[in-house]
Amino acid sequence: MRRKISWVVWAVVLIGSLAAVKALNDGAAASARHDAGAAMRFGFALRESAKARGVEFVHQAPTFDAQLAHIMPQVASMGASVAVADFDRDGRDDVYVTNSGEGTLNRLYRNTGNGRFEDVAPTTGVADLNTDGVSMGAVWGDYDNDGYEDLFVYKYGRPELFHNEHGQSFTRATERAGLPRWSNANSATWFDYDRDGFLDLFIAGYWPDDVDLWHLKTTRIMPESFEYANNGGRKYLLRNRGDGTFEDATEALGLTSHRWTLAVIAADFFGSGYPDLFLANDYGVPELYANRGGTRFEEVGRTAGISMSPKSGMNAALGDVFNDGRLAIYKTNISEPGVLVQGNDLWVPKRDASEGPADYENLASTVGVDLGGWSWGAQFGDFNNDRTQDLYLVNGYVSAGERSSYWYDFAEIAVGHSTIIGDAKNWPAMRGRSLSGYQRKRLWVNDGVGRFTEVAQVVGASDTFDGRAVALADLDNRGALDAIVANQKGPLLIYTNTVKPGGHWIQFLLEGRGVRGGSNRSAIGARVEVQWQGRHQVQQVTAASGFSAQNHRRLHYGLGAVDRVDRVVIRWPSGRTQTIDDPSADTLHRVQEPDAR
Amino acid sequence: MPADTPAIDPGAQSTPVIAQMRRGLALDNRFLPPLLITCILLTAHLSFGILESYQRTALAIGTAILAELVMGRLTYGTWPHLASAYITGISVGILVRSPFFWPYVLCSLISIASKYVLRFKGRHLWNPSNFGLSAVLFLAPETVSHLSVQWGNVVAPMVIIWLLGFAITWRVGRLHISLTYIASFLLLSLVRSGITGTPWPATVAPITGPMYQLFVFFMTTDPRTTVSDTRWQCVVVFLVAVVEMILRLNEVIYAPFYALFLVGPTALAVDTWKKGVKSQIPNSKSQAPI
Repeated sequence: MRRKISWVVWAVVLIGSLAAVKALNDGAAASARHDAGAAMRFGFALRESAKARGVEFVHQAPTFDAQLAHIMPQVASMGASVAVADFDRDGRDDVYVTNSGEGTLNRLYRNTGNGRFEDVAPTTGVADLNTDGVSMGAVWGDYDNDGYEDLFVYKYGRPELFHNEHGQSFTRATERAGLPRWSNANSATWFDYDRDGFLDLFIAGYWPDDVDLWHLKTTRIMPESFEYANNGGRKYLLRNRGDGTFEDATEALGLTSHRWTLAVIAADFFGSGYPDLFLANDYGVPELYANRGGTRFEEVGRTAGISMSPKSGMNAALGDVFNDGRLAIYKTNISEPGVLVQGNDLWVPKRDASEGPADYENLASTVGVDLGGWSWGAQFGDFNNDRTQDLYLVNGYVSAGERSSYWYDFAEIAVGHSTIIGDAKNWPAMRGRSLSGYQRKRLWVNDGVGRFTEVAQVVGASDTFDGRAVALADLDNRGALDAIVANQKGPLLIYTNTVKPGGHWIQFLLEGRGVRGGSNRSAIGARVEVQWQGRHQVQQVTAASGFSAQNHRRLHYGLGAVDRVDRVVIRWPSGRTQTIDDPSADTLHRVQEPDAR
Repeated sequence: MPADTPAIDPGAQSTPVIAQMRRGLALDNRFLPPLLITCILLTAHLSFGILESYQRTALAIGTAILAELVMGRLTYGTWPHLASAYITGISVGILVRSPFFWPYVLCSLISIASKYVLRFKGRHLWNPSNFGLSAVLFLAPETVSHLSVQWGNVVAPMVIIWLLGFAITWRVGRLHISLTYIASFLLLSLVRSGITGTPWPATVAPITGPMYQLFVFFMTTDPRTTVSDTRWQCVVVFLVAVVEMILRLNEVIYAPFYALFLVGPTALAVDTWKKGVKSQIPNSKSQAPI
C-alpha cells in the first residue's frame, strides 16, 4: 500500500514537472504581440522612414576566395555598420554607413535639417574605400583636437584614417598616422587610455592579420574551437603622439589577446578615472581589461565574474538599467530554439566601483533580456522618455531559403575538435540554406523596477532583415531617440521615433579643452550623472558602442513627468569634475570643459 | 543524463590475476562512476570553464539528491545510496545549457521521479538523466539546449578522459557496450557522409566532444537500464546508434539522447518480459541477473 501511494504521488510530481517545463518555456519565449493602434501604449512608436528621408542604401557583401564558396554566406556575413557624428558641426547628426562588396561605395549621409539626408561621401572623399579590402565599420573621433570629428574605417584589409577638414572634406591620413598595413577587424574604438588629452585608437582583429580572405594559402583559417578559440586576430592599441602620428603600444600595455573579437567598448568600469576595455569575443569568453593608471592593461574578466562561460559574443553596450549609477554591460550571443540557447548577457556590477573589487552578475534572464535569437547589435536608450533606459536589439544571421535550415550541419561541425572545425574544407556546404534567418527584432521597454517587456512588433520595429548594427540618435533635434539600423545584404533603415507627449528630456553635448592636461575635444570617456528627485542616472560618452556602431555623441536622458533636474555632475576624462545646478529640461546643453578645477 | 551506477556483473568470469587486481582495487564500484564524472567536471571546468555556472550545477545536484532522499525514503522506508542521484545531478548540471535556473531543478526532479514512476516488473525502464534531459530538450526548445562545447583546443584532455572512461567501464564490466557504440557511430557516420555528401570529419565531429563521452560512458552503460545478456547489450547499443543515424539524417539535433530514449526502454521491457517468462522454466540458462 505504501508503495502504491508513493507511486501515485511521484507520478503527480513527474507530470507536474513536465507541465511546468512546458509552461515556463512558453512563458519565457512569449513576447508582446502586434496590436495595431496600441503602439502608444508604451509611450512611443517607430516608423521606418529611410526612403522618405532620401536614404536608399542596400548593403552588399564581399566574395572571398573560391575555397570558401561552400560557406560564403557565413564567412562574408559582416560589414553592415553605422556611425553617427555631426561631422560638419551644423548641430545636426550625420550618418556614415559602410558597404562591403568589392568596389562598392560607402555613404556619408549629411543631415540637411529638413528631415532629409544627402550622400556627400563621394564629394568629401570617404566613399571609395572598398578596393584594398572591404569595409567592416567606422568610428568617429577628433584625434587632433581641432573640433571636427575625424573618421577611422576598419576593414578586412587596409584600415583607413581620414582627417576632417573643417567639415568640408576629408584628407586621407592613413600613412602619416602609421596605421597597420592590413588587419581583419570587426571593431575599433577611440579612447584616451593615458589621459593625455589626445584620443588613442584601439583596433580589434577578428581573423588573423596574415589571412588574405581573397587569396587563401590554406583552408585552415577557421576558429580552432567554437568556445575556446585563441587563433583570431591580434589587437592594436595605437597611442596618439599628439602630432597626427600614432605608435603601437599594444604589447607594452599587455594587450596580447588573439581572440575573435566582434565588439569593444571603453569606459571606466572600476572607478579609477582611466578608461578600461571590454571585448565581446566570438567563439569564447569575453575579456575585461582593467587600465592600471594608463601604463598597462590587466585582464580581469575571470576574477570579475564575466569570463566564466564561453559564448559567441557580438555586442558591447552600456546602460544604467536600474538608475542607480551602476553601468551594466550588454553582450549579445546566440539563441536558436531547439539547438543552442546561450542567452544574452547583462553584466551588472554587484556594487559601486568605489565599494570594492569589481564583481559582476549576469541578470539578463532575471530582467528578461536574454533571448534575442542570433543577436547582433544592441543599444540602450530611453525611447519613451520615461526616465529608464530601454534596449533595442537587431538579429538574424543568414536569411536564404525560407524553408531550409543549415542549423543541423552547423551544430554538428561546431562541436568538433580543433583539427576538424579549424579547417574550412571540413565545413558542410550551406547550399542556399538559412541560418537563423528572418528573425523578429527585439525592443525591450524598461519598467524601471527590474523588468523589461518586449514590444518591437507593437511599436513598429517589424522588419526581419539580417540586422547587424543599430545606432541611436536624435536626428531631428526633437528630444526623441531615433534608430538607424544597418542590415547585412539589406537596406539601411531609419526608424523615426514619435514619443507620446508629456515626457520631458534633457541632453548634453560635451566638448573637452583639447589640450594636454585637459580632456580630448570629443569628450570621449566623460561620465555624466543626472540627478532628480533623489534619483540619478549615469551615462558615459563612448565612441564605439554596440556592434559596428556608434551612437550620437550627445547624451540623452528621458525625464518623464519631471520637468526639472536638480543637478548634473560631469566627470571629465581629464579628471576634472563640474557641477551644473538646475539645468532646464527639454534642452540640449552644450557644455565645455572648464579651464581649472 | 547518466544515472545509475554500473556494477560488476556477478555472472562474469574472472581470471585469478584479474580477480587479484580487483581485490587490490577494493573500492566500492558504485563510487567509480561518480569519481570519474567528478574528474571530468573538474578537469573541464578548471581548464576551460565548461559549466554554465557553479550555482546551476550545484542546484541540479542538490535537487537530484534531495529528490532521491525523499522519494527513496518514503517509497521503501530506507535511505537510498546516493551515488546514482549524484551522477544524475551532475550530469544534468553539465549537459543542460540554459540561461535560466529552473531547467536545472526540473530536469533533475523529472529524472529522479521517472525512476520511481516509469517501472515495469519492478525495474525502471529509462536511464533517469536520459529521460529528464530528453524531456526538457523536447518540451523547452526555446530555453534549453544541451552541452555543445569542446575540450579546449588540445587533444590531451580528450585522450585522458577517453582512457579514464575506458578503464572504468572495463572495471565495471561495461567496456563492450562503450566500444560497440563507438565503432557503430564511426561506421554509421561514414554511411551518413555517403548519403548526405557532408565531409566525413563533420559527421564524425560530435563524438570528439565531452557530451558524447558522458553519453558513451554513463548513459549507454547504465546497468539498471540495459539488458542482461552481454551479446544483446551490444546489439541494443548498435540499434541505438542506428536510430541515432536515422534521426541525424532527419536533422534532429539531440539525436543520441532521443535514440537511447526510444531504444533502451523498449529493449529492456522486452528483456524483462522474456526473463519473467523464462524464470518459470526450470534449469533455464538465462540466469544472469542485474
